[in-house]
Amino acid sequence: MFRSSLAGRFAMRGAAAVVLALLLSACVAQPPKNDSLYRDLGGEAGVSAFVEEAIVRWVDNPRIAHLFADKDLINLHTQLVSQICFESGGPCEYSGRTMEEAHRDMNIDEGQFNALVEDLIDAMEAKQVPIGAQNRLLAQLAPMRHQIMHQ
Amino acid sequence: MTRSVCLMVMLGCGLLLGSSLAHGQNSRLVATGGGSMIEGGSGGGIVPWATVAGYSSEGEWGGAAFITRVDSGDYRLDSRGLALGWGNRLELSVTDQRFELPTLASALALPTDRFRQRVIGAKLRLYGDLVYDDWPQISLGVQHKKQRDFLVPSLVGAKDDSDIDWYLAASRLWLGGAAGRNLLTNLTVRSTRANQTGLLGFGGDRKSSRSVVAEASVAVLLNRHWAVGAEYRQKPDNLGFAHEDDWRDVFVAWFPNKTVSVVAAWADLGSIATLQGQEAWYVSIQLSR
Repeated sequence: MFRSSLAGRFAMRGAAAVVLALLLSACVAQPPKNDSLYRDLGGEAGVSAFVEEAIVRWVDNPRIAHLFADKDLINLHTQLVSQICFESGGPCEYSGRTMEEAHRDMNIDEGQFNALVEDLIDAMEAKQVPIGAQNRLLAQLAPMRHQIMHQ
Repeated sequence: MTRSVCLMVMLGCGLLLGSSLAHGQNSRLVATGGGSMIEGGSGGGIVPWATVAGYSSEGEWGGAAFITRVDSGDYRLDSRGLALGWGNRLELSVTDQRFELPTLASALALPTDRFRQRVIGAKLRLYGDLVYDDWPQISLGVQHKKQRDFLVPSLVGAKDDSDIDWYLAASRLWLGGAAGRNLLTNLTVRSTRANQTGLLGFGGDRKSSRSVVAEASVAVLLNRHWAVGAEYRQKPDNLGFAHEDDWRDVFVAWFPNKTVSVVAAWADLGSIATLQGQEAWYVSIQLSR
């Protein structure tokens, strides 16, 4: 009796976790209501610094360097800083292209996407962004994956 | 056993060499390959997860080699194995276990003081993703287990020296899910006849049919290199001569880079073959690609 109720409890928790995942993933696509994440990322100076570091790493990464071969990296930096500002609740409007448009005809696969994310994380580590802010930003950006891959 | 150790070491070195010849590591993020569980394949220490061993993504090969020791004083388990992962979709593993029971062997003048088991595993990611999209990663796994020193287990009521475990696992990494830290949760449901995971054979005089049991892991990734967690594993109770308890552990994992990880744990294994209160330390080293 104890055994079956324990299994039942685990099953219920598993089901609750799945439901929560679905709810959370639907909610997390919206930018946050306040700018606490933006401030924790270091505001404009902090975001600018780790985006620059990320671009340096991407261009140096043999897996993905080809994606940046003839791109205007200054403009890329500006667009990314503005987008991350918006997505983290900062005082910016993002008026660049949509994710799908920006990544059209690049055919980014799962391995390349992972390399992009890994270098972004390494860039935030290098610029000493607090781990909680890193994870919250990744949680905010993660739902965009299907808009970036396989375009 | 020495030959299998040499094989594991060679394959492990092969993995390392392969990863250094290629441009750095495979692409998945650090810690997303999981650890190696004692029966082989990707998971926590005592629970298999839905993750595929190593760091492979679409079209890539990866894998992991591991060596683990669990020691309660009365018992010792050495487990070593190799897992191959393809495309973050399919995992194949082979693991050799050696279970020593020095206390009982001398107290009961047993003909042997060690039981060996080989586990051949396969796991298929069915749906979902550990990190992205809406569904957790859900995988179906199968483990063929063969206990190779069956005389003593047969004398205490075990019915068979080999059998197959099936399991379904759902794993999810919640970004920032625990006060800004990443949180990993896993739930596994298993169909098994194994006594003490198969080390004492399969089926018994008390119960010979399959049991459906639940297993769970929770881990918090404190930063990019350290994680702490806990696990629980329900067990069947097939043998009349000795009660079998559920297992639980708490662990600390260290990932200095994407190639090496070390896990230390303290496990409460309950009663094993009549010896009560078995508490064990656990250490595991894993090389991944």
